[in-house]
Amino acid sequence: MAGKVLLIEDETNIAEAIRFILSRDGWQVTVLASGERAEATVRESGPDLVILDLMLPDRSGLDVLAALRADPATTDLPVMMLTAKGQGRDREAAERAGVDCFMTKPFANADMVAAVRALAAGPGRAAVRA
Amino acid sequence: MPGTALTGSRVRERRLTLGLKQATVAAAAGLSPSYLNLIEHNRRRISPAVLARLAAALSVAPEILEGGAGAALAEELRAAAAAEEGTEAEVSAVEEFIGRFPGWAGLTAALARRSGQLSRAVEALNDRLGHDPHLSASLHEVLSAAASVRSIAGILAETEDIEAEWSDRFHRSLAEDSERLAIGAEALVAYLDGSDDGREDAIASPQEEVELWLAARDWQASEEGLDQLASAAARALARDLAIRAARDAAVLPEPAFRAALAEGADPASLAARFGAPIPDVLRRIALLPGSRAGLVLCDASGTLTFRKPAEGFAVPRFGAACPLWPLYTALGSPLRPVEARLQVAGQRGRRFRLRAFCQPSWPGGFGGPELREAAMLIEHDLSPATGPLPEVGSTCRICPASACPARRESSILTLASSLTAPSL
Repeated sequence: MAGKVLLIEDETNIAEAIRFILSRDGWQVTVLASGERAEATVRESGPDLVILDLMLPDRSGLDVLAALRADPATTDLPVMMLTAKGQGRDREAAERAGVDCFMTKPFANADMVAAVRALAAGPGRAAVRA
Repeated sequence: MPGTALTGSRVRERRLTLGLKQATVAAAAGLSPSYLNLIEHNRRRISPAVLARLAAALSVAPEILEGGAGAALAEELRAAAAAEEGTEAEVSAVEEFIGRFPGWAGLTAALARRSGQLSRAVEALNDRLGHDPHLSASLHEVLSAAASVRSIAGILAETEDIEAEWSDRFHRSLAEDSERLAIGAEALVAYLDGSDDGREDAIASPQEEVELWLAARDWQASEEGLDQLASAAARALARDLAIRAARDAAVLPEPAFRAALAEGADPASLAARFGAPIPDVLRRIALLPGSRAGLVLCDASGTLTFRKPAEGFAVPRFGAACPLWPLYTALGSPLRPVEARLQVAGQRGRRFRLRAFCQPSWPGGFGGPELREAAMLIEHDLSPATGPLPEVGSTCRICPASACPARRESSILTLASSLTAPSL
């Protein structure tokens, strides 16, 4: 088993696709459809990394990221943020908030797998920019 | 008598610019040097005939010396030259240029003005791409659907040993998202077509100008920044909203209001607790800093007078909205809370909780007309799904619900849906 991934993504079909390709690569994937229970789920499931959609229905991905960085237990947890093109300002805000890696929608499945591997392997915040 | 109080000063300035002696100019104009000296120190008003002779002696248009339209033109040309770095325009000879070639001078100034207008329009369009909530929501829809289609298509094409169950599931997802992509692309085209109204800034109304301004500031209306709005009508609208926001903040103070919301209080009970009308509570929920809730307001004619869209719930820029919105149910039943859980046609799986209320008022007293304002709060429905929900749309023109009994006109999306839905 390569490790555990927490995927927070409200688009059901995208979440299913990511879960499938990462599962095939050996990852154990937990999916959340909103950011409401993000911190609690991180505490419960102890993922090796988090894939976080920027635009969530109830709570911004930026808020979730800020909460993770504010907690000493998760401050170094690798986080990949899923963003759409054209969200330049949000990306800058996410970089300031301490995101480790961006994946732009639409993405190639191979790029997603490679980014997850690099992120999990890298020490702390990897310099991966997909 | 022509000439303003400072006409003499302009005569002197012009003479010195040309490097001419007072006596030389006086002789050319048929004046005594001492009289010209009095003129230059603004101690004598100048007759039209003398002004004309002085202007000829100084090779300049009389209007320049008078400080009227010619002086304004000279200022415009100086500003145009200053705005262009590295220009080699002979700024010191601007009056001579106007005097000798008034037509060309006017054209140059007009072109400089036009260039400035176009630069501002480009800035406005750039700003719009970054801040327009309608455009941002449409693009997000398209990109999300494209992301799903690309990823699932990749899985189906590259995974040779995919299980039948997964294959079936992904084919269904592909059909859903390709339909959604087609609808989103059409909606985007419709939106952009609607923007092409021939105006430089592509803003259709003062209301839209105010909404774009608010969206760029997290929907916080205040007196600060009103000067960023181009039209007086937009500034007046924004000022009214700022007054309302200040009143709401006083009656529904943020910390206490957020605390009550966190307890799960209903808008009607919040209204009772804080002694505020229900529409004010709905507005406060949607316009709290950082709130992701949408809000629409309409008057008795059904015209949308305020639009804050929620992600995934498009609000029309032009024309009438979907008649199935609870907003209109409330409009027809004043003082009765209306709540509905619905989904948007063409967006499977996305559910919304809509709460609406209509407040009548009689500003003219018993003898005056009854006015109505209805408000509808738009929130994502996070409760567990218990089956399909009734569907609503944005506006008929871009709504894919072909069998809708409330349809007013055909949709431009019918073709896109029929082309993409059944093939998989």
